[in-house]
Amino acid sequence: MHQSILVFRNFRYLKWAASVIAAAVVLYVFHSPEYGLPNGGTWLGYVLGTIGAVLILWLMWFGIRKRRYGTGGAPVEDWLSAHVYLGLALIVIATLHTGFQFGLNVHTLAYGLMMIVIVSGILGLMAYIRVPELMTNNRRGMTLTQMMHEISDLDTACRETALSLGDEINQIVLKAARDTRIGGNVLRQLSGNDPNCATRQANQAVRHLADHAPQVQAEGFRSLLGLLARKEELLARARRDVRFKAFLDIWLFVHVPLSFALLAALMAHIASVFLYW
Amino acid sequence: MPDSVKIAIVGSGPAGLSAAGRAAATGVSHVLLEQRDHLSDTIYKYQKGKLVMATPDVLPLRSDLSFQIGIREEVLGTWGTQITGLKANIRFNSEVTAIKGEKGNFELTLSDGSAINAEYVVFAIGLQGNIRLLGVPGQDREWVQYQLNDPDEYSDETIVVVGAGDAGIENALALTKQNSVIILNRGSEFVRIKQGNLTAITTAIEKNQIDCIYSAETARVDDDGIVVKTPQGETKVKCDRIIARLGASPPRKFVEACGIKFPNADPSSLPELSAQYESNVPGLYVIGALAGYPLIKQAMNQGYEVIEYIQGKQLKPADEPLLEQKFAKIPGNRSVLEILALIQGSVPLLSGLTTLQLREFLLDSNVHVPRGGDVIFERNDYTNSFYSIVDGEVNILIDPEDETKVISLGKGAFFGEMGLLSGRRRTATVMASMPSLLIETPRRSMIKLINSVESVKRVMDEAAVGRQIQTYIAPGIPLSDLQELIQTVKVEKFGQGEVLFREGEAGDCLYLIQRGSVTVSREVGGKEAVISYVAAGNYVGEMALISKAPRSATIRAAVAVEALRLDGGPFQALMARNEAVRRTIEARYRGRMLQNIESTEQPEAGGIIQFLIEQGLGEATDVLLIDEALCVRCDNCEKACAETHQGTSRLNREAGPTYQTIHVPTSCRHCEHPHCMVDCPPDALRRNANGEVYITDSCIGCGNCERNCPYGVIHMAAKPRKKPGLLQWLLFGRGPGPGQAVSGKWGPDSKKEDGGPKKAVKCDMCKDVTGGPACVRACPTGAALRVEPSEFFKVVSSGL
Repeated sequence: MHQSILVFRNFRYLKWAASVIAAAVVLYVFHSPEYGLPNGGTWLGYVLGTIGAVLILWLMWFGIRKRRYGTGGAPVEDWLSAHVYLGLALIVIATLHTGFQFGLNVHTLAYGLMMIVIVSGILGLMAYIRVPELMTNNRRGMTLTQMMHEISDLDTACRETALSLGDEINQIVLKAARDTRIGGNVLRQLSGNDPNCATRQANQAVRHLADHAPQVQAEGFRSLLGLLARKEELLARARRDVRFKAFLDIWLFVHVPLSFALLAALMAHIASVFLYW
Repeated sequence: MPDSVKIAIVGSGPAGLSAAGRAAATGVSHVLLEQRDHLSDTIYKYQKGKLVMATPDVLPLRSDLSFQIGIREEVLGTWGTQITGLKANIRFNSEVTAIKGEKGNFELTLSDGSAINAEYVVFAIGLQGNIRLLGVPGQDREWVQYQLNDPDEYSDETIVVVGAGDAGIENALALTKQNSVIILNRGSEFVRIKQGNLTAITTAIEKNQIDCIYSAETARVDDDGIVVKTPQGETKVKCDRIIARLGASPPRKFVEACGIKFPNADPSSLPELSAQYESNVPGLYVIGALAGYPLIKQAMNQGYEVIEYIQGKQLKPADEPLLEQKFAKIPGNRSVLEILALIQGSVPLLSGLTTLQLREFLLDSNVHVPRGGDVIFERNDYTNSFYSIVDGEVNILIDPEDETKVISLGKGAFFGEMGLLSGRRRTATVMASMPSLLIETPRRSMIKLINSVESVKRVMDEAAVGRQIQTYIAPGIPLSDLQELIQTVKVEKFGQGEVLFREGEAGDCLYLIQRGSVTVSREVGGKEAVISYVAAGNYVGEMALISKAPRSATIRAAVAVEALRLDGGPFQALMARNEAVRRTIEARYRGRMLQNIESTEQPEAGGIIQFLIEQGLGEATDVLLIDEALCVRCDNCEKACAETHQGTSRLNREAGPTYQTIHVPTSCRHCEHPHCMVDCPPDALRRNANGEVYITDSCIGCGNCERNCPYGVIHMAAKPRKKPGLLQWLLFGRGPGPGQAVSGKWGPDSKKEDGGPKKAVKCDMCKDVTGGPACVRACPTGAALRVEPSEFFKVVSSGL
């Protein structure tokens, strides 16, 4: 049956990553360079640096691999599982490569960028594990498009019901239909909420007016309030859906561009090491 | 005094037109009767710029008119010019309403009341039928139309749709986008329409998108609208346009009224014809689609040939070179006629066929000359062709463990019918035991034959019963031992959802599922809960026979089911007689009992099975499921599909229902009996040994499969141009990226009319892609999964 990428193939890539980490740690502990403390310039430093650089290139190749369809080889799930575990292993390998020497230079810049990329990856992984199920539960079998259609149907129904309830109500209902927004800028998407939701305001206003409505309009008000409540509930769900989708996507806007920044810094780091040292 | 001609040709489609062309060219007196005011109405109604295909390529054209692949306007234009050049005698607006008389003296009555005398009549009326008109004054006004090609052509009009069938409703719904629509329903509600249409039309009426007038009879059409009679009285509905969709009277009715016989009531059966297309009524000839030849080129050839035959000329059929080619590998250098005689003489199943039927049958078939020891097909292959043995012998390996256990079939026998019946994998490997001569016939031709020749159907049915009992219930038992049981067998058919038997009833029989699948359910807490699923090739109902207790579960058809009903008595006698049979059945009994107990512990598994069955998985052989607990909605599956299949994704991830976290996206399920295969003129839909149903290049883009698929997984799409490679997109932003829609510069070749030919596309399970289904391989989180439902249901019932 279905298996998450973490337990995939009985933790095969976790085992790989763990062996690489264990080997690096053992070598590091027993490593005593001729001069000074362990650092990137010793033989072990070069070995770890090479492994780290190759890993970074390979990890970035994932972006190419997942878009190369129908090429055979290991399925993308293998790649992602390995990408996750070997990416995490990079924390240890690169840190040992530094020999814990940091400063205000291009070398530490590359290290810092790498750590940001890895942390964003971890956030992404957490989203991938947690969000899909929340999203499914929130949707209750509807797609976002279906929700939008239903919201627009409810708008029509609201307008029809409002026709018999006077100008003020009609204005309120029209405004609710016109000004209600789903999504918006990044923060709005991530919040999953609209503090100035036009439909919520309309609902409150209509409720207030209903208290003073003449008897003949009671029926109309009741059905209008029912429709507005249903619309609010759907809006909340649609906004949550947008929010979940944003969670699934947003980390990539850090992960991918910074990977390229890392690649540039890495090249500068390697070039400077070989040219100027 | 009626006009008198030698040959009257009814219908001016490709067949009739070609016949008229031949008649004109040879100077024989003739008339071509066309009920419309233009030629070839079916092709005339194709949408503008539609490409008309000229398959099969190998068949030579034999006609005084030319025909090659081209757009509708070119094809019709060429025919129009050529038929005028030949000075054929054409009468438009001449619907034939009755034919009386006999060879040499037929009288054809036309709709305008006039009559024509003819010595011979050629029917070339196709399958489309006569479209029913409103039948009231004003029905011929220019703005009253009986078809709708493109609903987007009209906007801001008030349109009245007459007719509340599927066609009317679909038109009405499509027109509401840009118009105000009123639908007239003769009844007081919508009946006999597809469930989807019913929901759509009732919602549209509730939302006031469409007005509906119930119990409405059309009285007349005035200058500015339609007058309608309702129980409340007559009212006029003003409108700009009337679209009447009142169905068509099937051509078969008319043909039968002229005395032509069909072998049975099956809608796909064809009239019996001689090798020269003459029907059972001497002097009446049938050609073209109505005779079972739906392709334009075949029809044109027949038009030519039938005129030659009527004039007493002998002519080798146009397919002669094709048959010669097919028979080339048969040793002995015999002529086509000799081989046809040999086949008909050696295979009793085919002896009842007319020469025409046999030729057609062999054109579709392949000839094989295996040596001793050659494997014909393997157990578990998904192929569904049918084999007849003209010469030699084959062995059926009935036990996969033991190669020595075989059943031998000799000259004249046939095999492969089980796959044909059940739509499932081959049940045994078949091997030639000596040099043989076999004919392999594809599924569609075989079904056509079964439905058209009564004797074939009877022989097949009889043989199938015995073989199925032998295969599924009593392996290795000779037929002679099973006679008593076989005699009691009845084939019963159940519609989807119908009950084979109910929990608590007394059990007096056993059902062997021959086609389709069933669900097993039990009453749990007052509600019927599904506990498992049983596919074709298995039996149900043995528990009550063994334990002699009432039925322990209810069996319901998951899809349309054909089952063999075996009487309890002879079955119990067989078990008593035969130790091996008793042991297998008892083992199955114990397995079922355990399953019953397990399933009561796991009610959620039943819920999943029930949900999947409702989604039509009961007839699927391979389906894509998505675990939404893992799916990160990246749509890489769709992109992978589009990228590996010419830019069009054949799956829609988001669409489709979800139960708990199991999501069934809109994608092909590779049905056991594919609905898409039912009506494909060039037989372009095929299934290969691994089970995938795919579309070959011979697709003519007619769209039948798209309409026939109940799951909406076939689209019509044109092939886009090749786009730049991935790295060019990644580094320089050239062309659309992976999975992005291809249009404009990279879209289909716009130099061709209508953006190149649109052909049907569907999931082919990536049969030509390295590594298997791209959707599953491209899923980064392992959420996408392809499963074979029967295996999947086993996993589900034994705990997830």
